[in-house]
Amino acid sequence: MSAPVLEVANLSVAIRGDGDRPHAVRGISLSVGANEIVCVVGESGSGKSVTAQAVMGLLPKNAMSVETGSIRLEGEELTTKSDADLRAIRGTRMAMVFQEPMTALNPVERVGDQIGEVLEVHTDLDPRERRKRVLDMMRAVHLPDPEQMIDAYPHQLSGGQRQRIMIAAALVLDPALLIADEPTTALDVTTQAQILKLVREMQARKKTGVLFITHDFGVVSEIADRVVVMQLGRIVEQGAAEDVLRNPREEYTKMLLASVPSMTPPKRVPVSGPVVLQTEKLFKTYGKRSLFQPKARIVNAVKDVSLEVRRGETLGIVGESGSGKSTVARCIARLVDPTSGAVRIDNIDTAAMKEAQFRPMRRRMQFIFQDPYRSLNPRRTVGEAIIEGPMNFGLSRNEALQRARDLMAVVHLSPDAVDRYPHQFSGGQRQRICIARALAMEPELLIGDEPVSALDVSVQAQVLKLLDEVRRRFNLAVLFITHDLRVAAQVCDRIAVMQRGVIVEQGTTADVFAAPKHEYTKALFEAAPGRHREFFAGA
Amino acid sequence: MYGYLFRRLLGTIPVMLVVAVFIFLMLRLTPSDPAAIIAGDNATTEQVAKIRGQLGLDRPIVEQFVIWSGKVLSGDFGESFFFKKTVAQLIGERIEPTLSLAFFTILIAVFVAVPLGVLAAHRHGSWIDRIVMGFSVLGFSVPVFVIGYLLIYLFAVYLDWLPVQGYQRISEGVGGWVQRLILPSVTLSVIYIALIARMTRTSLLEVLSEDYIRTARAKGQIERKVLFRHALRNAAVPIVTVIGLGIALLIGGVVVTESVYTIPGLGRLTVDAVLARDYPTIQAVILLFSFVYVMINLAVDMVYTVLDPRIRY
Repeated sequence: MSAPVLEVANLSVAIRGDGDRPHAVRGISLSVGANEIVCVVGESGSGKSVTAQAVMGLLPKNAMSVETGSIRLEGEELTTKSDADLRAIRGTRMAMVFQEPMTALNPVERVGDQIGEVLEVHTDLDPRERRKRVLDMMRAVHLPDPEQMIDAYPHQLSGGQRQRIMIAAALVLDPALLIADEPTTALDVTTQAQILKLVREMQARKKTGVLFITHDFGVVSEIADRVVVMQLGRIVEQGAAEDVLRNPREEYTKMLLASVPSMTPPKRVPVSGPVVLQTEKLFKTYGKRSLFQPKARIVNAVKDVSLEVRRGETLGIVGESGSGKSTVARCIARLVDPTSGAVRIDNIDTAAMKEAQFRPMRRRMQFIFQDPYRSLNPRRTVGEAIIEGPMNFGLSRNEALQRARDLMAVVHLSPDAVDRYPHQFSGGQRQRICIARALAMEPELLIGDEPVSALDVSVQAQVLKLLDEVRRRFNLAVLFITHDLRVAAQVCDRIAVMQRGVIVEQGTTADVFAAPKHEYTKALFEAAPGRHREFFAGA
Repeated sequence: MYGYLFRRLLGTIPVMLVVAVFIFLMLRLTPSDPAAIIAGDNATTEQVAKIRGQLGLDRPIVEQFVIWSGKVLSGDFGESFFFKKTVAQLIGERIEPTLSLAFFTILIAVFVAVPLGVLAAHRHGSWIDRIVMGFSVLGFSVPVFVIGYLLIYLFAVYLDWLPVQGYQRISEGVGGWVQRLILPSVTLSVIYIALIARMTRTSLLEVLSEDYIRTARAKGQIERKVLFRHALRNAAVPIVTVIGLGIALLIGGVVVTESVYTIPGLGRLTVDAVLARDYPTIQAVILLFSFVYVMINLAVDMVYTVLDPRIRY
């Protein structure tokens, strides 16, 4: 048997200065063989990205360094190599694909030149030969119309196309090792499915070894030959993908797998409370043709959307980016003005209200946003963030503070935490604070715009549980926006599937999951990674 | 794109009109009398009134404005009260030194400041970074005339490498032209070096933490190319903005520098014209400055589209 493409042995990476721990990764050993896809799974802070950066020699210079251990690429030790030697290896024998295809490509350079750059750095090819190689590579990753696209800029391409460009640039010199750091996390599910397929295809083409970093067990089950599970800088468990997914040995792995929401919706009793929110023929159009701009682009972000949510009920809006699901929520909360149609809150039509008239309505509906790191003002204490709303609606400071303390208990945080600042909390805790902030207004309708998408899977499970708890306790109507079918299956009573501003299918979660009717819904289910698999520990 | 350019050019017309009205009114509403200055200290009231009549200053302001703007539209900026030449001639004579000075200043500023800023950002937190930033603070705070006289003392008086002051026309020899422009340009460029270096550093630091910089490194690209090919162009928009602003501000900056080095440029002309209440010259020079200002802004906006393909008008 030939030597593995990549062999990491007893690797420790030290963090300079005083972080929360002295090592980003500690004593890890793993290997990637030729023609093999090894998935490194772990939650944020597990050290999976640091591992990738250490292999590539791209650790942030003044923050981290390899302390002990060895990294061998095709038997050759990398940790002792000079910067210049490592540069010669990067792009030729090992290459990397990153998470965000928009930001990972230089926005002011043509995509063809960015693929060609690898050839420019490492080969003596003249510009004409380079262009030919780039075109060949673009064809290999199935980019449409390469002759046209080679001169395009990144912003002119879709997310999936950009990721194909990244993959083309990484593989143009047929490296032995490809490192992919969450390459599909920023993509829609249907695009993700295509990119995963492409990674498999490209890997088989030249028998490339692939180190694939992800937090998503669905992706793991689609693509991995072997799995390495990491936690807090250490490897917890590794083995063949089937073994780890079916028979995890370690508690941590079992917990992670148990946190992955099931694709099978639980049994639910239909909710018959009064209708809190109703939209009728809601439209939101951006852009306007005028005398001076007769060719201005008109975008129908939301088209003819009618839905209703009852007290105690959770309606999920499911769709990919650009489907208009967030715009619907924003129209309802009047963060943007709807173009036409009705939005009724407790049977009062708010769509045409002036801001001053609408203001009293704001208390009744509260938003929870996606990114808990950015939705709390870092310069104000958590308590201030929570009491601001109630005080705007007439509560005294002391009453509001008392309510804030009570609510902290409701979201399972210490009441004393109101005096602390957001950066002193983890992502999951911050999202709990955001929930408390929303509840402080005593709303009837809670709108969650991807409220768990930025969270690790174990934290996600806890926050979803909390959301369910408060919905029952306060008998709330919940509008839950998500792109994640697994999450939708678990929390929603009914779901509405949106595509290009239109609701293409709407029904009880059980019905839609059991028998999707619309083509697009079927495609969404088909693309969901690991759709045929239930991730229950020991299952 | 061309439509946008056309609209912008059209938009300069009202701007120039406002400037024209403003400068015209301001001059006539300030309490001073060009006729009295021309007539001298011993002139009688009748003599002053006669001169005022010759200059047309006894007519109503509105009439004066109509006459003047009519002439300007036909390309005639009138005759200087003081220099006994047409204003067009006067500006024609004085524009070469100022343009030369501005050109050299910006050239020096850009070619010194941008590499300094890139270096400071690349070696962020090191002693090089601190020196560059320290110099930048100094460049901001020391007045132009102080730097000017210090440089004259060092290079012209003490070392005797360069002439103390004066200007030589380009037609009289390129060598002398360059030699005489070095000191004034360096003097004037100090503050722009400070400004542009600081902007380059800040802008580049932001870009250097972007993902595509990491991508470039992952491709095995060498550090110099990472900096200049990937980082600098992405950081360029704010830098170009500051350079454009610098060119516009230069027009004000040359007044002092031209005085220190006795260069017969537009800056000196402006000072002399203001002291002599030479209305036609002041009006023409201010109009010219405003026009240049508007054009530089337009040029900067056009450069954006070259630097960043996402910017389209």
